[in-house]
Amino acid sequence: MNRRTKGLGLWIYTIIALVFLLIPIAYTFVFSFNDSGKLNIAWQGFTLDKWLTVCNTQGLCEAFGNSILVGVVATVLATALGTLIAIALVRYRFKARSAISLLLFLPMATPEVVLGAGLAAQFLTVGAEKGLGTIILAHTMFCISFVVVTVKARVASLDPALEEAGRDLYGSPGQVFWRITFPLLIPGIAAAALLSFALSFDDFIITNFNSGAVDTFPKFIYIAAARGIPAQVNVIASAVFLLAIVIVVVTQVSRAARAKRLARQMG
Amino acid sequence: MAFTAFASTPAVEQAPRKRSFIALVLLLPGILYLVLFFLTPLISLVLTSFQQPVLDGDIGEYQAGFNWQNYSDSVGEYWPLILRAFGYALVATVLALVISYPIAYVIGVKARRWPLLQSLLLTLVIAPFFISFLLRTLAWKQIMSDEGPIVQALKAVAILPSDGHLTGTTFSVIFGLTYNFIPFMTLPLYATLERLDLRYIEAGADLYASPFTVFRKVTIPLSMPGIVSGTLLTFIPAAGDYINASRDFLGSSSTAMVGNAIEANFLVLQNYPAAAALSIVLMAVILVIVGVYVRRSGTEDLV
Repeated sequence: MNRRTKGLGLWIYTIIALVFLLIPIAYTFVFSFNDSGKLNIAWQGFTLDKWLTVCNTQGLCEAFGNSILVGVVATVLATALGTLIAIALVRYRFKARSAISLLLFLPMATPEVVLGAGLAAQFLTVGAEKGLGTIILAHTMFCISFVVVTVKARVASLDPALEEAGRDLYGSPGQVFWRITFPLLIPGIAAAALLSFALSFDDFIITNFNSGAVDTFPKFIYIAAARGIPAQVNVIASAVFLLAIVIVVVTQVSRAARAKRLARQMG
Repeated sequence: MAFTAFASTPAVEQAPRKRSFIALVLLLPGILYLVLFFLTPLISLVLTSFQQPVLDGDIGEYQAGFNWQNYSDSVGEYWPLILRAFGYALVATVLALVISYPIAYVIGVKARRWPLLQSLLLTLVIAPFFISFLLRTLAWKQIMSDEGPIVQALKAVAILPSDGHLTGTTFSVIFGLTYNFIPFMTLPLYATLERLDLRYIEAGADLYASPFTVFRKVTIPLSMPGIVSGTLLTFIPAAGDYINASRDFLGSSSTAMVGNAIEANFLVLQNYPAAAALSIVLMAVILVIVGVYVRRSGTEDLV
């Protein structure tokens, strides 16, 4: 009896805590339907207008487009560079391994404000003009380490015998990589790419130091926060949220289905 | 996953000796990138922190120098903000750990029998990641605003004086930091608790240990890698954060943290050397704390 009630208490606590975590999301979603004027603070009544007039807010959709562009380019660059490092770290022996591990660990252990100020100081020194290019350079930098960590786990779990079999069957190194290694790494690479995009899309601090006059979606929010956030911002955030949740749920369900199918084939 | 990045992974050196030039080709582009856009900027930051103003120059014009007074000046001016940053980060990290541990335990251990429920609960934990960090913080600002329901209720029961506020206080900033970093704490905790071998707990109970003793002597030590990575993933970004403490979000001028001073000096006042010196101080203190902490939890508590 005692043990039972204690277990129940933990479950109730967890549900309350998760509801607490979701409060700001629900708030943002609900207030995307607020029939408000310029300020979206008090509830004025339900309307779909803000969803239909998203891009009427000056600069909002442009900032959102910039965020997507930066996210895609930085994700492609960071995923490519990070995947190569991950393969090298697991599969090869070389000197300076500990120095390289440290170089990969440090960006994750450095506060964003230091990363941002450092890059900005460098761009200032070399006289580079801040803009989309500098934002992409910055985002690629902080995504690489996260890609390496994510892909490394996948490389380490690969059975080397599979590649050996490919070589035994006279596959060239290129064929072995593209036909065997790469396809097996795809789930890890996809996870790393999604993580990179999420990190880039939501980054504000590093962007703020290196964006010059260019706005991204988070920077638009930061600037608008001083005078009040228009409800259209809530619309974009809610839409992105729903899309992300759909992607996560579809991935999980398809993974579960694949595991079940595999179990049936084996059984 | 990336969230276990800080956990010590056993170095399995099963790699055969291969031609190391392939390794070089694979490593070179990425490492070169990090040298150019991570390491060199840190060096630029150190150089900037010693710069001196150009004589008769405009605001924001500096030249190379060895003006170490930048450090004493900026630390002398901003030491309360530095202390506040580490104090807030410490409190928020402890709170996030206490709040997150039971959540991670329920998802990782209690929900183990139902994989679908487990992944649903996990999705709810990471759901805040999918909505802008800034918007989440602003939502709390609205909810805690003077006209909002919470302040009205607290005033009605006289917990808050009739002229009291919630936003712009130490409470709201620590609340925001704690809230924003709970997922960063929960995920690594979950990652270790999910692999926790329950037979150890049964063994403890069989040997007549009370549930609390089992928790303290078995569960906590076995989940130490998750505790270490979760606290680092919370403490480091929290100490450098300047959103929660910003006046437009949950803070006020009396809650400013060192991140706010770095931002203001760099982007508004154009006092780059002061911003650089404060960044170096922040980074140095964090590296010392992290080094001591990892070593301590690695040798004493892990064994």
